[in-house]
Amino acid sequence: MSRIVVPLVLVAMVLFASAPLVVANAPFEQTMGLVQKIFYYHVPSAMLMFVSALLCGIASAVYLFRGSAAADRVAVAAGELVVLFGIIVLITGPLWARKAWGVWWEWDARLTSSLLLWMIFLAYLLVRRFGGPGSEKLAGAMALFGMANVPFVHVSVNYWRTLHPKTSVVMTLAPGMRGAFWFCAAAFAILYVLLLTLRKRLEDKRAVVEQLYLAVED
Amino acid sequence: MKRIVLLLILLALLPGAAVGAQQPAQPAAPQGEFVPVGSLPQAEQLPAAPLVIAAYAIVWVALLAYVGLLWKRMTKLERELADLQRRVQKH
Repeated sequence: MSRIVVPLVLVAMVLFASAPLVVANAPFEQTMGLVQKIFYYHVPSAMLMFVSALLCGIASAVYLFRGSAAADRVAVAAGELVVLFGIIVLITGPLWARKAWGVWWEWDARLTSSLLLWMIFLAYLLVRRFGGPGSEKLAGAMALFGMANVPFVHVSVNYWRTLHPKTSVVMTLAPGMRGAFWFCAAAFAILYVLLLTLRKRLEDKRAVVEQLYLAVED
Repeated sequence: MKRIVLLLILLALLPGAAVGAQQPAQPAAPQGEFVPVGSLPQAEQLPAAPLVIAAYAIVWVALLAYVGLLWKRMTKLERELADLQRRVQKH
């Protein structure tokens, strides 16, 4: 493992090991009580899903317009992480909603657009996996649509009637909750950088293997 | 004939009478105001702890499963890479 990966693993481990204690010591929300603690993992995961979708879209644009293979490898890594963090968001959200709203799911603008965003990036990975030769470019175009969807998902709670809290909720947190939230957000961000680095490295190795296969065939 | 018709009418009314007998004599007073979830009887409240535990467990399982998957794919690729390098050196 390289110089970057080892410190990242250590920091991520320390932060994730102490995160449950930090969350447990954070004050209880007045109306929702204990179930609001899901917030500390749900929101950072959602933020990273958005960041990853933007990164995948930007890297795909660089690949499509400049032909950079390295950018395409970053796009694959980021696309896979959109799906991973999307799974977390789409499972932890309904668990929270069941107690707070009384329903597992509501087909409102935020939840539906989040599901669509996740499905676009799942389709991105499926196209790359099963699309055959040239599918990288088709998938890259899909990533651009996925990236364009991110701002709509983010502001959807402010423009449409929904049960979901508005975007201002993070900035208006009580001081006791704010520290715990940003602690968890930092832990998730470091984990994200670590996973992205490892996934990109996997894709780099795959490119080397493909080149060697071509060399052996020649 | 009249007796048969009377019997049929009685039979038709019987289920309605049974339902009526099951209903309470005094209907409950309609709910006129908002009741906070916290004020509901304990039996009607959904416990939060299993939902919170499930949410945190799913996050950990998903992340660990992904790291495990990355590890497996990396090991497989490294094996493939070593094999290919041997084949290239032979050529």
